[in-house]
Amino acid sequence: MTDTCREVAYYPGCALEGTGHAYDRSTRAVGKALGLRLVELEGWNCCGAMEVKNIDPKLQTFLSARNLGIARRMGQRTVMAPCNGCYHNLKKAEYDLAHDPASRATVAELAARSGETPYAAGEVETIHALDWIRAAIGPEGLKARIRRSLAGLKVANYYGCMYSRPRHIFPEKDQGPDSESTSKPHFMDDLLAAAGAVNVEYPLKTACCGGAHTLSDSDTSTRLVLNLLTTAEACGAEVIATECPTCHSGLEMHQARAARVFGKATRVKILYFTQLLGLALGLSARAVGIHENFADARDLLRAKGLG
Amino acid sequence: MPIHEKSLIRKEDLRRQEHLVLEGVDVSGDWSTFIGARVLTDYNERLQDEIAALPGGENIHRCWQCGSCTNACTVNAINPDFNPRYWIYLIRLGMEQELLRDKEIIWQCVSCHKCTYACPRDVVPEGVMKATAQWLELKGHVPTNPSMAFDEEFSAQVFATGRIEEGRLLRRFFRRTGQPLAQPWLVAIVRGLVARLPVGLLARLGLAALVHPRTPRWGRVRRVVHDYVETQNTRRRAALGLGPASKETAP
Repeated sequence: MTDTCREVAYYPGCALEGTGHAYDRSTRAVGKALGLRLVELEGWNCCGAMEVKNIDPKLQTFLSARNLGIARRMGQRTVMAPCNGCYHNLKKAEYDLAHDPASRATVAELAARSGETPYAAGEVETIHALDWIRAAIGPEGLKARIRRSLAGLKVANYYGCMYSRPRHIFPEKDQGPDSESTSKPHFMDDLLAAAGAVNVEYPLKTACCGGAHTLSDSDTSTRLVLNLLTTAEACGAEVIATECPTCHSGLEMHQARAARVFGKATRVKILYFTQLLGLALGLSARAVGIHENFADARDLLRAKGLG
Repeated sequence: MPIHEKSLIRKEDLRRQEHLVLEGVDVSGDWSTFIGARVLTDYNERLQDEIAALPGGENIHRCWQCGSCTNACTVNAINPDFNPRYWIYLIRLGMEQELLRDKEIIWQCVSCHKCTYACPRDVVPEGVMKATAQWLELKGHVPTNPSMAFDEEFSAQVFATGRIEEGRLLRRFFRRTGQPLAQPWLVAIVRGLVARLPVGLLARLGLAALVHPRTPRWGRVRRVVHDYVETQNTRRRAALGLGPASKETAP
């Protein structure tokens, strides 16, 4: 993975063009600051997300595999997806194409009828934005490039569901100390610690934010998010670091909803890990899209000398 | 079983004994008829096959009732009536009437995959929840639930253009479910954003809402996907012994 990570195919996905724009902006800015090249997939489509999967999982596999096929045609060997949903779905497509003949047949048929060459398992590798920075630069390399340490900012690292569950679609995880753990992920902790953050002990790293029903069952989502927020505060965190646009906007939206509808206000700020890394690399708050977050974190960052 | 499924004792199964003395011992109080004799005759012997015919339900026959799914479940932790293990048990036995008692909450599965992570038999309980929610709707036991309505709006947009524009999705979903767009919390978020965002970015977002983002050269894929979805819908309805749908599922 390391050799190819200095240039990777970039799959932003739909959310990063909408509510997750700050994540897109900060990911590109951090890549540029680190001298890494992102080549956006030409003519990508939605990965199918959870919604198409609920209607027909094989159709979601087809939609995801189509993006992997684009990467292959562009001569790229690695696709980097910052969104947990996209990342999860490309991984799931990869797994199903390798292990499920029925999925393989459906994808081949739909691709042929669309006039496209079907993607075959193993032609490209899907990685998350965390894998990308870790493989290309690593915590030690990052430490050497820090211009403005996060100086003890207390951070709860939140990974959500789709980054590590179910484990069978992530065969490279749980492979010893150098690999990512599905039960206690640490790649984001490692990078932010290298940037000077103090990672608090946070037991809900892989708990669910209810993102699947953020609008369709809002009260359940607000309850789940409120639990994440109050636990982070109880653990001493000033910031929850995120690595998924659905989790991130869910946390921000339901933080506002909890205050307005449940009368339960929380103060912890929610920032993408790429925003925190960008600030530590000396980028301005504007360059990493702090102003695009729903919840205003500028006061806290200014107080910490990071704004 | 490593869990306390107290929700299995239902209020209507409790009998109040005001003065009950058995062999000289006063055992008055609430008794659960859970242990009382009962005869069931209304089995749907095809229930497991019907669920297995829907996407996600394929592995239901593997379940050996360890309860790891319910023990790990995000929704069970906030609502003890949400019990995947029990529903899988009822489906496998064909106890349709018992299953229907929970028909209003089965769709609330948040797809966190904790059950699938914990399951020692690769049942994929999350998939079974989705298949069961779809089954309830196809059989006409429940109207389209809000989650399914969201899935349909979302998928229709993906099928049509290859991509999602979230603002449009939000507006369409709120309209379909009869919710006002001006929710106080949403208004608060938008106000804060408008105050902070530079004019250029606001213009870009506004433009995205007008000119919907779409995947280039999507036309042929769109037709293929529509055909596929229609074929699958017919196939699934047939597996449940239903005729063709009266209306288009995907708008």
